[in-house]
Amino acid sequence: MAVVFVPSLLRKLTGGAEQVTVPGATLRQLIRNLEEAYPGMAQSLLDDSGQLQAGIAVAIDGETNHMGLLERLREDSEIHFIPAIGGG
Amino acid sequence: MTTTVERPTESQRRFKVIGTRPIRHDGLGKVTGADRYGADVQLPGMLHAKMLRSPHAHARIKKIDTSKAEALPGVKAVVTSRDLPIIDDKPIDLAETLGNPRVLAENALASSKVLYKGHAIAAVAATSPHIAEEAAELIEVEYEVLQPVLDVREAMKKDAPLIHEKLTTHEVQRRFTRGDDTGVISNVASHLQFKQGDVADGFSRADVVVEREFTTVPVHQGYIEPQASTAQWAPDGHLTIWTSSQGSFGIRDQTAAILGIPQSMVKVVPMEIGGGFGGKIGTYLDPVAALLSKKAGLPVKIVMTRKEVFEGTGPTSGSYMRCKIGARRDGTITAAEFYLAYGAGAFPGSPVGAGAMYGLAPYKIDNVLIDAYDVVLNNPKVAAYRAPGTPQAAFAVESTLDELAEKLGIEPMEFRLTNAVREGDRQVNGIPFGSVGCVEVEEAIKNHPHYRTPLNGANRGRGVAMGFWGNGGMQSSATINVNTDGTISLITGSVDIGGTRVAVAMQAAEVLGLAAEDVVPTVGDTNAVGWTGITGGSRTAFSTGIAAITAAEQIKRTMAERAALKWETQPEDIEFEDGVFVSKMNREDRLTFKEIAASMMATGGPITASASSNPRQVGVSFAATLVDVEVDRETGKVQILRATAFQDVGMAVHPSYVEGQMQGGTVQGIGWALNEEYFFTDDGTMANSSFLDYRMPTSLDLPAIDTEIIEVPNPGHPFGVRGVGEVSIVAPMAAVANAIHDAVGIRMTSLPMSPGEVLKALDEQQRAGK
Amino acid sequence: MSLKIHVRTTVNGEETEFLCEGRQSLLEALRDILGLTGTKEGCNDGNCGACTINLDGRIVDSCLVLAAEAEGKTILTIEGVASIDGLHPLQQSFLEQAALQCGICTPGFIVAAKALLEQEPDADEHRIRHWLAGNLCRCTGYDKIIRAVLDAGAVVRGAK
Repeated sequence: MAVVFVPSLLRKLTGGAEQVTVPGATLRQLIRNLEEAYPGMAQSLLDDSGQLQAGIAVAIDGETNHMGLLERLREDSEIHFIPAIGGG
Repeated sequence: MTTTVERPTESQRRFKVIGTRPIRHDGLGKVTGADRYGADVQLPGMLHAKMLRSPHAHARIKKIDTSKAEALPGVKAVVTSRDLPIIDDKPIDLAETLGNPRVLAENALASSKVLYKGHAIAAVAATSPHIAEEAAELIEVEYEVLQPVLDVREAMKKDAPLIHEKLTTHEVQRRFTRGDDTGVISNVASHLQFKQGDVADGFSRADVVVEREFTTVPVHQGYIEPQASTAQWAPDGHLTIWTSSQGSFGIRDQTAAILGIPQSMVKVVPMEIGGGFGGKIGTYLDPVAALLSKKAGLPVKIVMTRKEVFEGTGPTSGSYMRCKIGARRDGTITAAEFYLAYGAGAFPGSPVGAGAMYGLAPYKIDNVLIDAYDVVLNNPKVAAYRAPGTPQAAFAVESTLDELAEKLGIEPMEFRLTNAVREGDRQVNGIPFGSVGCVEVEEAIKNHPHYRTPLNGANRGRGVAMGFWGNGGMQSSATINVNTDGTISLITGSVDIGGTRVAVAMQAAEVLGLAAEDVVPTVGDTNAVGWTGITGGSRTAFSTGIAAITAAEQIKRTMAERAALKWETQPEDIEFEDGVFVSKMNREDRLTFKEIAASMMATGGPITASASSNPRQVGVSFAATLVDVEVDRETGKVQILRATAFQDVGMAVHPSYVEGQMQGGTVQGIGWALNEEYFFTDDGTMANSSFLDYRMPTSLDLPAIDTEIIEVPNPGHPFGVRGVGEVSIVAPMAAVANAIHDAVGIRMTSLPMSPGEVLKALDEQQRAGK
Repeated sequence: MSLKIHVRTTVNGEETEFLCEGRQSLLEALRDILGLTGTKEGCNDGNCGACTINLDGRIVDSCLVLAAEAEGKTILTIEGVASIDGLHPLQQSFLEQAALQCGICTPGFIVAAKALLEQEPDADEHRIRHWLAGNLCRCTGYDKIIRAVLDAGAVVRGAK
């Protein structure tokens, strides 16, 4: 069961919860389960083709992830959605 | 003048090459003038092009008539946005701001509206730059001039003129992407929020609370080389571009998208780059030069004038900020509330997200509320500028903290150390810090001679401030080819702005037991090396270094296989120490790298390896600036007496170039603090678009910039390397402001702290009888 | 084609002649006509020093000199600083001290500093900073440039 840190502006979808635990062996499964538990989440995370939106940075256990939805999750992974930052 | 103390860093104990200071391989070309930059390209039949730019900050384009220009003898081609297929094919989607080709096309050649004075409208290619310039003036444009909006707070008002009629505010989790559309039409493109704990409760438990408003104005990266691009669109549809940019692959992919052609049809040849600091990541001229070349059937070169660079390329955001921080008597911070509104210029995409995420990064605060707004207005579209968006935020946070420490009666560094973040503490976005050097940097300041030597003399003051930047990882590729004389050629896709050829070459040499001089580094064009991200985000020595190390490890394995063949044993039985392959089975069997290279043709053929990097654990960096100033009460001039830059670099690869980044970022921060600004007249014209009136620091304005390198290794790199390029610009503005307060008691809350502004503050102080 | 002016001059010790338009600057002539692209354009209005050359013993911004004014003059550009038997001490110290990053301003700094050391080989830090205040650098913060010029000064004095 991964722990998802809910961005503050999405907490209206999770009844104000800052963290929610959701099952999922991969990020794709996790987001599917997240949508089921908290409708509306997927719409902010995925684009029309069902892929992670361009520019979304998903940190898993503090590490930046480049495998997108394919990323495997550990049993107690921590998931964060953070702004993609451009370098100078 | 104090010299950099040559103390043995940790690297010199563990490594043979890392930590030494070899001469960079491309140095000769730079000190003899032989190296060729963007503007130095000369091709047979090459035409010269000039842009026509809008004289208005906000206007509708009614009609463009290029007939007179086309008729001028010597003119070979004229283009406008009509020549860009993407303009008509793809509607503009203002929610997608990260590398949106439709927006880039609109910024390269305006179609229906001009959104800032200097916004390009058309381009002319002719047999000489002078003819092209004359022809550009013959292009007739009919405008419907509109009311410009030039200030962030003005732009946010309900009744403000709209830059984009259909722009609605998006509630965004991520700065760059589509979020929930609030449906509210305004100049506010997006709102981003970070919330931890309960700030109201936090502030109720604070003994002292300080709240201040801050404003900054746009400043420019100030690279000395203006943008330049040369394009040749061959009859078979292949497009070659010679340009100085911070990333050839980025320019290729953006240009291909804007022109609507496959990336495989575009080759970008990286010329040497005369500085970028983030301003040369996006494309401005490449698609325009390409269109002109296609029309004229000849190569076309466009070089910007300095005025065009100021007015037509992105500065960084001006800002309005409110920072409120509360702390208890014992110095623990209980709550922080931070409001930031950044001007994005003509199109959404300011770096307010980074400011929101990194401004408070050095401090462990349980109750935080941060609201960040990305606001469009009639300024040039902002571009990245070294740790984009974070220097503005640190100016607000570190000034507020300095005032809080003073009111609490706690020594500024003690106050910072009490709240310093350590490994495992969570950032405002919830992510825990990995191994970080915040405490080590702050300890280094307290123990440094500059901090411990008293500063005396009238109107003199000392200021300190912390800075943070989360460095980039991103992807890079590297190829290593072994030469029979035992040297290697190393091809990467990373353009070299600050000495990254030598910094990456040193990492390959370290793995292979070679000297740095045995490596011949080359920056490949987009057909010659694997995909490589920008040189920016403080990532090149880190990520391209990992690609080079990975390729070098493969070379080592192949070499071991060749040795195993000779000694009729298994590669696993081969050890590699100090550049020598040794058989575990028989210690006398020894072969140097050079010996195996010499015989490689007879043991299996050329030895070559390619690898790429996609690093997960990117080491972030903490830094600080300590500065002494003297304020002249008559003129308001602030003189920098002494400056020391502190920075955790993980592991200094080439200390001279690490020091160079620390010194360069500090001086850019000092310029931002004291005299750099975009000064707009009421009609949106930049009044100071030359180096005479946009005052960047000269050698006479500054003392030596001393550097203190701190090394807390980054576990995400085999040698512990962290990115070093950007963080040094984050702290100087606040450090100078705090020093001015220490010198003459005034709190400056807007930038630049120019003589006039300082005098105004001194007068107010006088009247208030402080 | 517009009327061209025939100019005879000496560049880096070589007798040179070229045709130019009246409106062309010496910077433009050096780069686009003579192909000496080592002299760089940073602003084209005399404010950055990247186009510094030595004209009859004085350092000038070549963007502020008309190409036609080169008639009969002696010009030194960055390409003429090194000699057959090696780099000038300034070029060597700039490399050793890592006194450059992007390198676009380096030609201007070396030509300017060379003239200073020829006139005042014992110039101190403040004098060097004063002499080079017309040369802008955005990458280095000037620290290592000043050290490199001081080092080269010592070599030049030693060699005297």
